[in-house]
Amino acid sequence: MGQIQLNQVSKSFGSVEVIPPLDLTIEDGEFVVFVGPSGCGKSTLLRLIAGLEDVSGGHVTIDGADATAVPPAKRGLAMVFQSYALYPHMSVKKNIAFPLRMAGLGQAAQDKKVEDAARVLNLTDYLDRKPGQLSGGQRQRVAIGRAIVREPAAFLFDEPLSNLDAALRVGMRLEISELHKRLDTTMIYVTHDQVEAMTMADKIVVLQAGVIEQVGSPLELYQRPRNTFVAGFIGSPKMNQIEGPEAAKHDATTIGIRPEHIDISETEGTWKGTVGVSEHLGSDTFFHVQTEASAEPLTVRATGERALGYGDTVYLTPRPDHLHRFDSKGLRLE
Amino acid sequence: MATKASRAAARTMISPAVILLLGWMIIPLSLTIYFSFLRYNLITPTGNPFVGWENYYWFVTDPSFKAAMLNTLVLVGGVLLITVVGGVMFALLLDRPMFGQGVIRIMVIAPFFVMPTVSGLVWKNMFMNPVNGIFGHIAKAFGAPPIDFFGQIPLLSIIIIVSWMWLPFATLIIFTAMQSLDQEQLEAAEMDGAKWPSRFIFIMVPHLSRSITVVILIQTIFLLSIFAEILVTTNGGPGVSTTNLTYLIYVSSLLQFDVGMGSAGGVIAIILANIVAIFLMRMIGKNLDA
Ligand SMILES: Nc1ncnc2c1ncn2[C@@H]1O[C@H](COP(=O)(O)OP(=O)(O)OP(=O)(O)O)[C@@H](O)[C@H]1O
Ligand SMILES: [Mg+2]
Repeated sequence: MGQIQLNQVSKSFGSVEVIPPLDLTIEDGEFVVFVGPSGCGKSTLLRLIAGLEDVSGGHVTIDGADATAVPPAKRGLAMVFQSYALYPHMSVKKNIAFPLRMAGLGQAAQDKKVEDAARVLNLTDYLDRKPGQLSGGQRQRVAIGRAIVREPAAFLFDEPLSNLDAALRVGMRLEISELHKRLDTTMIYVTHDQVEAMTMADKIVVLQAGVIEQVGSPLELYQRPRNTFVAGFIGSPKMNQIEGPEAAKHDATTIGIRPEHIDISETEGTWKGTVGVSEHLGSDTFFHVQTEASAEPLTVRATGERALGYGDTVYLTPRPDHLHRFDSKGLRLE
Repeated sequence: MATKASRAAARTMISPAVILLLGWMIIPLSLTIYFSFLRYNLITPTGNPFVGWENYYWFVTDPSFKAAMLNTLVLVGGVLLITVVGGVMFALLLDRPMFGQGVIRIMVIAPFFVMPTVSGLVWKNMFMNPVNGIFGHIAKAFGAPPIDFFGQIPLLSIIIIVSWMWLPFATLIIFTAMQSLDQEQLEAAEMDGAKWPSRFIFIMVPHLSRSITVVILIQTIFLLSIFAEILVTTNGGPGVSTTNLTYLIYVSSLLQFDVGMGSAGGVIAIILANIVAIFLMRMIGKNLDA
């Protein structure tokens, strides 16, 4: 079990309202990702759910029971911190066993659970080491191990991969996704990396300044962003957003078109432009094209073989069925 | 400091300071050892014949030597206990957000800046004096007979005074260590179901152990040579009940003018201090590496 419900939950630090009242339901077994720019209140929201911060208003319900006043240890949630927060003077084994020891479990039962967790996480060879003698990825796994042994109703991750290098991050991302499939437990995952959000989530919650901008599956968010903020935040590279007369032609204040939904041609097309910087990724090439349509250069995706030089004249054509239209408030127009 | 060249350079650079310090230490030490084998009394100028181990023999067999050793031990141990336990408690208090935090922190540090003679006299005359002292007045206000601190519990009184002076040092070091404790570790422990006492024992104390070791090591070195507080309060008395090793050496060499005997005591003190240092390093020094 691990259904979590937030009803009108808000949080203020002194007179600063970091999170205005918000509602959110997280279903049992779901992998939910909170994503948003730095300082938007992702960690705060996670800590409210964990009980490490008191809510300023509203209710947190876990599995149907009001948990607003329940202390963190009694909520049945396990948290993996960004800094891992391992206990430096304890061996890996003692670290993982710590929650069990606090729960007053017998030594034999502790050992068994620790061994199981270590096997799942490939930590068996490191059980007698101290955290200081482990690599970043191994520490991460110990932190996850410490969470797993408690068999929590839900796991809370606060940017667990941000201290790892790019290659390791991809690996750990897969491991966490796999863990979720195997344990089938609710997971709430905070990140500001939209790639992590897109690849891991069943459901993404996009936050800005403590306000939920949109909740939905990765594909929903990609295909039908509710407003310009979500449109710009989800997808890489960013969606091109064009204002002014070009947008007015489509009865909108802003139109958006993703780099992968623009066709590029040397002979004819809707917008004429000049090629600026190109970024070659091998599989793809991203061209930054300055057009008359907007002041900002538009990003266009082409296949890796496409060769265009700096200053070449090209014509861009947006695919009409992939055009997003937004009104003057930045909200999506259907 | 990894390469051979940089190590050699480091050694060369540091040598003037080391040689100076070595000379500073060796010359007085050699003289003390030399004097300790002479009959050298300032009031009986009979020349200074070499007498071998005689000074040591008389110093060690003097009944006040045994008392002084015991007093030194109790004094050092008592002050260490009070300052470490008190220091941890003060650090815990100072760590919480409260009104007037800055001022309170400075006030806690203040006793450390008071000179030993001054604090000894202040305690003696203003606090512990049975007639004029505050404790005496308080006792009288409750109708109890005032305690004559330096008469009834002289060693404990000295311990209290010295603890008062060293508590800020312990507090400061432990408090600094406490502030460097990662809050996420405490939160993780809280989520793991650890109540405050468990968090204190399993997270805070191990984190503080290194700084507590430092406090114990540094304080022991200074506490072995406590002198001013005794001189201005009890003069080692009543009898020899507050005479520690340092004070005994003072009595031999400067009250009895027996330089040879005093030197012998000094050498014994040096040896004891080194034994204690090695013992402490062995016992708790392992906290300092890693
Ligand atoms: N203890 C606090 N006191 C006052 N303000 C706070 C406190 N904790 C957080 N804030 C404020 O709340 C806002 C949200 O902080 P939060 O840590 O939740 O951001 P975040 O989304 O996790 O950002 P990041 O991605 O950088 O971790 C920030 O503006 C921050 O300054
Ligand atoms: Mg954060």
